[in-house]
Amino acid sequence: MGEAIVVTSGKGGVGKTTTTANIGTALALQGKKVCLVDTDIGLRNLDVVMGLENRIIYDLVDVAEGRCRLNQALVKDKRFDELYMLPAAQTKDKTSVTPEQVKDIILELKKEYEYILIDCPAGIEHGFRNAIAGADKAIVVTTPEHAAVRDADRIIGLLEQSHVESPKLVVNRIRPGLIKTGDMLDIEDILQVLNIDLIGIVPDDELVIKAANSGEPTVMNPDSAAAIAYRNIARRILGDAVPLMQLDKKPGAFKKLKKFFGMG
Amino acid sequence: MTVQSKHVRIKGIKDGLVFLLDDKCPFEDLLSELRYKLEHSHQNILTGPIVHVDIKLGSRSVSEEEKEAVLDILKSQGNLLIRSVEALEEPGDKDTDALFMVSGMIRSGQVLHHEGNLLFLGDVNPGGSITCTGDIYILGALRGMAHAGVGGNEESIIAASLLSPTQLRIADVISRPPDEWGTRESSMEFAYLSSGAMQIDKIHNIVKLRQGLNVFKGV
Repeated sequence: MGEAIVVTSGKGGVGKTTTTANIGTALALQGKKVCLVDTDIGLRNLDVVMGLENRIIYDLVDVAEGRCRLNQALVKDKRFDELYMLPAAQTKDKTSVTPEQVKDIILELKKEYEYILIDCPAGIEHGFRNAIAGADKAIVVTTPEHAAVRDADRIIGLLEQSHVESPKLVVNRIRPGLIKTGDMLDIEDILQVLNIDLIGIVPDDELVIKAANSGEPTVMNPDSAAAIAYRNIARRILGDAVPLMQLDKKPGAFKKLKKFFGMG
Repeated sequence: MTVQSKHVRIKGIKDGLVFLLDDKCPFEDLLSELRYKLEHSHQNILTGPIVHVDIKLGSRSVSEEEKEAVLDILKSQGNLLIRSVEALEEPGDKDTDALFMVSGMIRSGQVLHHEGNLLFLGDVNPGGSITCTGDIYILGALRGMAHAGVGGNEESIIAASLLSPTQLRIADVISRPPDEWGTRESSMEFAYLSSGAMQIDKIHNIVKLRQGLNVFKGV
């Protein structure tokens, strides 16, 4: 029986879809059997980020309404044999499926796949309830901004009231330079407010935008700092103890040097 | 069959009988003993003229159904006329000075309301609110909104280990940091109303405000 993880945030634009695509791909990279599920009905993006848009035949709503079998709707990834995606419908809206229907679909997928990553739409309404219905665990994505942290807090509150196990936090799009000058929220500050376990920090990386536009998850590019961060998150999901990324690389090296000379 | 006649005592008074029902034993035992006494051992009091009966349930808190059960047994005897039933009232809100303790975390969008005084162990996050008809004491960080004295009690206070709220309200007075308070060093503080204006002070100065408090003066 596989594990279903919902990726959610409350606020839009913090990187839920990117996180889903990259963690999913990173897990596939580790040889796991993975299925990505897009529950953002009406505003589907996951297929675009994965570069699988032109292969979609059926979608989540078709499966829910019995127009096709689950296997027919699954789109196989172009890079990995063990990575699949269940796309959302683009022509319907969130109310066209019920949480029970989504739950049944996820339950079905859990028999076949080791990890099911559910991309949750922004908001706390019907779409959110659909997305968490079948999930066992949750990853909450936030960025170091007050608005995003506020919404993450709201989402964590809702998750705590649901059946989903203790959510884990990903702080996305960190800019170490801005944190240093005090213009961006510190990770410590975020953790103090949200009070949940941190599963990863992802630096802001232009390569992510480039990768998303070319339909190739960043995680495939070992030169990207974000790629390493996503791979680390995937390894933590698998149970490895991976230390947090050192974001401020240059001063870090300098500090080491200072320490070496007994000045630190 | 013999029953330990401990739980139900029947006393004669000038104009009737008093049933003293034990308030410690299980309620079921009480009923069965009462039934036994009326039906077997104390048959003699049941034959004869109508007798007025007072029932005393001691400090037991009984529900309406339980009260009814006792009355039913007594009513089944034709000549007992129940005059009064005395029992502790349902635990009410009389004890408003008591602190009610809640722990957890109040996240954005969540509201904790309490009638009376509240001791909250945990954080109140931005976007979360805590409201109370009495005082609010927070062992943790207050980063959201706190409203003490809902309903108009201007004597209420708000205290927190880390008082850095988005907004504070006491009774009908609304205040917000930081322009009105300035920056302060962090230590446990409380907010109170002084002639209608919100004031902030260190927690140890609460004695000046609350004369009635038990004050520790050292040993």
